[in-house]
Amino acid sequence: MSLPFILFFVFAFVSIAGALLLILAREPIHSALALILVMMSLAVLYLMLGAEFIAAVQIIVYAGAIMVLFVFVIMLLNAGSEERTDFSKIAKYAGLPLGIFLLLELAHWMAHSLIGTTPANGAGSANVMVSTRELSLQLFQKYLFPFEATSILILIAILGALVLAKRDE
Amino acid sequence: MEFVTEHAVLVVSLVKIVILLFLTLTTLAYLTWFERKVVAHIQSRWGPYYVGAHGLLQPLADGVKFLFKEDVTPPGADRLLYILAPFLALSLALTTIALIPFGPATITILGQPTQLIVANLNIGLMFVFAITSIGVYGVALAGWSSNSKYPLLGGLRSSAQMISYEVALTLSVVGVVLLAGTLNFNEMIADQSGYFRYLPFIPRWHVFPQCIGFLCYFTSAVAETNRVPFDLPEAETELVAGFHTEYSSFKFAMFFMAEYANMLTVSFLATILFLGGWLSPFPESWTFLQYLPAVALLGLGVYLAYDAAVVARGIARIQLIVITFGVLILGALCLLPAVMPVIQGPFWFLLKVGGLIFFYVWTRGTLPRFRYDQLMSFGWKLLLPVSLANLVGTALWIVFPMLVKHG
Repeated sequence: MSLPFILFFVFAFVSIAGALLLILAREPIHSALALILVMMSLAVLYLMLGAEFIAAVQIIVYAGAIMVLFVFVIMLLNAGSEERTDFSKIAKYAGLPLGIFLLLELAHWMAHSLIGTTPANGAGSANVMVSTRELSLQLFQKYLFPFEATSILILIAILGALVLAKRDE
Repeated sequence: MEFVTEHAVLVVSLVKIVILLFLTLTTLAYLTWFERKVVAHIQSRWGPYYVGAHGLLQPLADGVKFLFKEDVTPPGADRLLYILAPFLALSLALTTIALIPFGPATITILGQPTQLIVANLNIGLMFVFAITSIGVYGVALAGWSSNSKYPLLGGLRSSAQMISYEVALTLSVVGVVLLAGTLNFNEMIADQSGYFRYLPFIPRWHVFPQCIGFLCYFTSAVAETNRVPFDLPEAETELVAGFHTEYSSFKFAMFFMAEYANMLTVSFLATILFLGGWLSPFPESWTFLQYLPAVALLGLGVYLAYDAAVVARGIARIQLIVITFGVLILGALCLLPAVMPVIQGPFWFLLKVGGLIFFYVWTRGTLPRFRYDQLMSFGWKLLLPVSLANLVGTALWIVFPMLVKHG
């Protein structure tokens, strides 16, 4: 067992445990923190695949910026713990088999796809770290139009939020 | 032993981490002493004076006192998060120091040649920002989990402040990244070596072309570390002690240490990005300068010897004699041919960092505190546009010659 192999399983386990905690926790702030845990361990997995820039951006944008706002709002509203109703019947009888079916299907297709057979970018493969320069060259030359379109979309969303927030005054 | 040879890189990293952690924690303890001394002298006081010569054992006494105080958890506190918050704050603050390069020299540990840096990442700068962006949670969670009014308000205030100033902080640094064309700290420092073509006596540090960026960076760094004049989260006249009001004993000490570690980190970053890192400001032909670390330490030793002989009395005199010998031995070590080239980088690096830390303390002794609305409008309406303009200006400065050349 090599070190990257062990680390992969540790962080895969942490991300799944965090995702479960996110759903099962009663306090909203615990759920938010569990989501941060998931994002952080995903960042570690990206790092092990050789995508260090993506890993850093994952932490800065998702765990650092977006989730801070979540936690901020939860703190401001001082939201109490969730109320639990009993599980609905449909969820119990239809949800569980469907969930297991989805899991098996995913496992089946992953086992038969290229994901399982081709070596990833990470340790042990010939293809080492993708440099930030290459990534930005791709982003600003080949994918310039989608990039700019996304920027404009986000700008529109910001303006929309501003208009909604200003309406009361 | 087999394990050591098999995982040599891992073991060497661990050794370096232990050494760096020990040095950093000692430095943090003595930074509190330094700050109290400097602020005291600014205010015409003596500062710590009675525990050890010149109060030099005061940090130790403080540490022991923190350890033996009762550790109170307020009723109704979210126990898990209440304990997690100080650990998060301190460990994240210490993690960034692993990415800081202290010198260009290569040393040998356990037969392995290695650099004076724990983790030399391609994206060092991004990683530091990633970790500092997580650092907000320590403060926010401490405020929320205490289940008390003042900490909650303090936590909200400081997380709002840290989020706001993080934007300006990050943007003010992008200009340097554009100039250097890399995110790796070692390459960034290498990019600053040499002198300007038309002003051959000024080193090519980024602080000169990026002076606006440097001002924006340092201002937002002071705000980011919650220090005077931006220490609104801990405004004692309004909020008792802000987010750590309910914390006592060693958990309080951890927040305290985290604050100082953050100060160190932003000063390290400022030195690497703007002040040429470990580079000496003088030309390489001045070889006599390599005796400077030894001369500085020996001079300090002579001063301490004078102090011990003439001024100090009683037990302080014995302590001073011990310290004098320590400093003189360190100074003599710096003269060894094996040590001398290694010590040059760290000497200049730490000298610059020390200057910035002094500036930090100086502002604390001098400036009054902002009002909260002033703080927010200063961050969003002045620092952010200025650093954005600096970024656009730098980009144009780089692209314009290319456009002229290629039509």
